[in-house]
Amino acid sequence: MSRPAIILKLILGLLWVIIHLTISLFNLWSLLIYNLQCYLISSGLLRKYQYLHLDRLNYLAIVVDSKEAKNTVKIRQLLSWLSTMGVKHICLYDIEGVLKRSFEPFMNGSKDEKARESLDIGASMNHSHYGYKNMVIDCLSGSDGKEGIAKAADLLCSTYFNGETHGNGKKEPKFTEADMASALKAVGCGGPEPDLLLMYGPARCHLGFPAWRLRYTEIMHMGPLKSMKYGAIVKALYNFSQKYQNYGKLLGFSTLNCSPAKSMNSF
Amino acid sequence: MEGTLTSCSPAVNPNIEKPEDMVKTGVLARFQNFLRKCLIAVISYGPMPNHIAFIMDGNRRYAKCRSIQQGAGHRVGFFALIANLLYCYEMGVKYMTVYAFSIDNFKRDPKEVQSLMQLMEEKINELLEKQSVIDKLNCKVNFWGNLELLCEPVRLAAQKLMASTAGNTGPVLSVCMPYNSTSEIVNAVSEVYAERREMLQREHDGDCNGQAVNNGVHPEISVADLDRHMYSAGCPDPDIVIRTSGETRLSNFLLWQTTFSHLQNPDALWPDFSFRHLVWSVLQYQRAYPYLEQNRNLAKKQL
Repeated sequence: MSRPAIILKLILGLLWVIIHLTISLFNLWSLLIYNLQCYLISSGLLRKYQYLHLDRLNYLAIVVDSKEAKNTVKIRQLLSWLSTMGVKHICLYDIEGVLKRSFEPFMNGSKDEKARESLDIGASMNHSHYGYKNMVIDCLSGSDGKEGIAKAADLLCSTYFNGETHGNGKKEPKFTEADMASALKAVGCGGPEPDLLLMYGPARCHLGFPAWRLRYTEIMHMGPLKSMKYGAIVKALYNFSQKYQNYGKLLGFSTLNCSPAKSMNSF
Repeated sequence: MEGTLTSCSPAVNPNIEKPEDMVKTGVLARFQNFLRKCLIAVISYGPMPNHIAFIMDGNRRYAKCRSIQQGAGHRVGFFALIANLLYCYEMGVKYMTVYAFSIDNFKRDPKEVQSLMQLMEEKINELLEKQSVIDKLNCKVNFWGNLELLCEPVRLAAQKLMASTAGNTGPVLSVCMPYNSTSEIVNAVSEVYAERREMLQREHDGDCNGQAVNNGVHPEISVADLDRHMYSAGCPDPDIVIRTSGETRLSNFLLWQTTFSHLQNPDALWPDFSFRHLVWSVLQYQRAYPYLEQNRNLAKKQL
C-alpha cells in the first residue's frame, strides 16, 4: 500500500474512533439519566409507575445471553421481582440451555398440572416447568427453536408418508400453519406466545427464540443482566401496558397519535 | 422531504424549471453527495453489514400527520424505499430486504388493500422500464412470499420483474409480499415433503428394477433441509432488522433468519427514514458487532 493510502486509512480510522467515542459519551450520559429514572421509579416517587396494569400481560418471556445466564443469583432475584410485580407466567430462554440445566433440580419437585391445563399446553411437553411463588416458569433453549420446528416438520411429513404407504390416497397434502402448530405441540415445542419479551444481554437480539412463539411479541432490550434494575422492569411493563396492537387491521383515524414514541396504529 | 430525496440520486430528481434553481440544487447536491461519500468512507472503516432488512412501518401515520391521503403516505414510502436502496448501494450493503405487505394485511379495509395493490403494480411496472434505478444499479429483485395470494396483474408484474433481473449481479433487493414467516416455514416443509416423496418414489422404482434400496424410511428432516427451501435460500441472514416508527415487535417477519440479527426500532416513520438514520443504524450495529459475531461463530462451531 502506498504512503498516501496508509495515511488516508489512518485518518479514516481516527475519525471512526472519534465518532464511536462520542457515541460512548452520549450513551454514558443517557445511562446516567436512565439510572436516575429507575431509582425514582423504585423509590415510588414517579406516580404513574406506581400502579401497573398487567391484565394484557398473560405471558412474559425473558431471553438471557448464555454467558450471563450462568449468574443464577441474578436470575433468581429477577424472578423474585417479577413475582412481586404480579407476573403469573414466565418463560426463560437462553440459546445454550444454561437456564434449563440450572433450574432442572427444581423441575421434578412441583409439576403443576392445573396451571399446565389452563394454558392448554400438551401433555407431552418436555420443557422444564416448575412453580415459584405463585408463578409458573417454563425454561426453553435453542433446541426448542429451529430444531423443534425441524422435528415437527419431520413428524408432519412422516404422518403423511405413512398415510400414503397404507394406501390412503396419493394426493399432495397441503400443510397449513394449524398443522404445524399441532405438530409442534405433539413434539413438545408448543406453548403460548409471550406478549412481551425482555432481553438481557449486550445487544438487542432474540438469539433464536422459538419462531412460532415470537410472531407478535413486543421485544424490549434491558441491557446486561449484571446491571438489571427493578425500576427498569417496572418501566418496561408500564410501556408495554401503553401499547396497542391491531394485528394488521385498520383502526379509525381518531385513535392515531402522531408522536412516533407513542405509536398506536401498526402493522 | 423531497429535498432530501433529490440530493441522493439524479434518478429520483423531479424536473427542475428555473436555471438558477438548477445551478443551486446542482451545487448543493454535489456538496451533499461529497459529504455523504466522506461519511461513508469513515464509517466503512468498521465492520459493515452485508444484509439489512426493513419493516417499513409508519406510512399511514405519516399521511395522517401531514393531513394527506393515506395512499399518498404509501407513495412517499416508496420514494423512501428507493432512496434507502441507493444509500445501501453506496455503503456497499449487498442485500436489502423489505417487508412490503404482510398476509395479515389482507384483513385491512378492502379499499386500502386494493389501492396498495394498484400502487405495487404501478411501481413494479415503473421499475421494469429500461432507465429505472433497478436497471442503473444492475439490481436483482426477488419477491418472497405466497404470490398466489396476489391478484393476477400484480403477480404477473412481479414475476416479470424477477425474471428480467434474475441475471443481474448488483445489489439484491428482496421484497416480501405477501409474506409471513410462519407461512414461509410451512412452505419450506411442504417443499421438503415433496422432495422426500420424489426421492422415495425414485427408490421404489429402483427397487422394481431389482436395485438395492432402503426400507422406504426417509431420513429425518434437519434444519439444513428447511434452510434450503426458505424463500431466503442463497441469501445471508440479515445483520440488522430495522422496524421504523418505534414499534418493538417483528410481526412475523424473518423469524427463522434473525437468530443473531441486531434488532433496531428507530422512532422515525418510514417515509422520514433517511441517510442520517441509516448511518446511525450502522453505527449501532458496529457497536454490537463483536458480540453478534462471537455468537454466530459459536453457533457455527456447534453445528
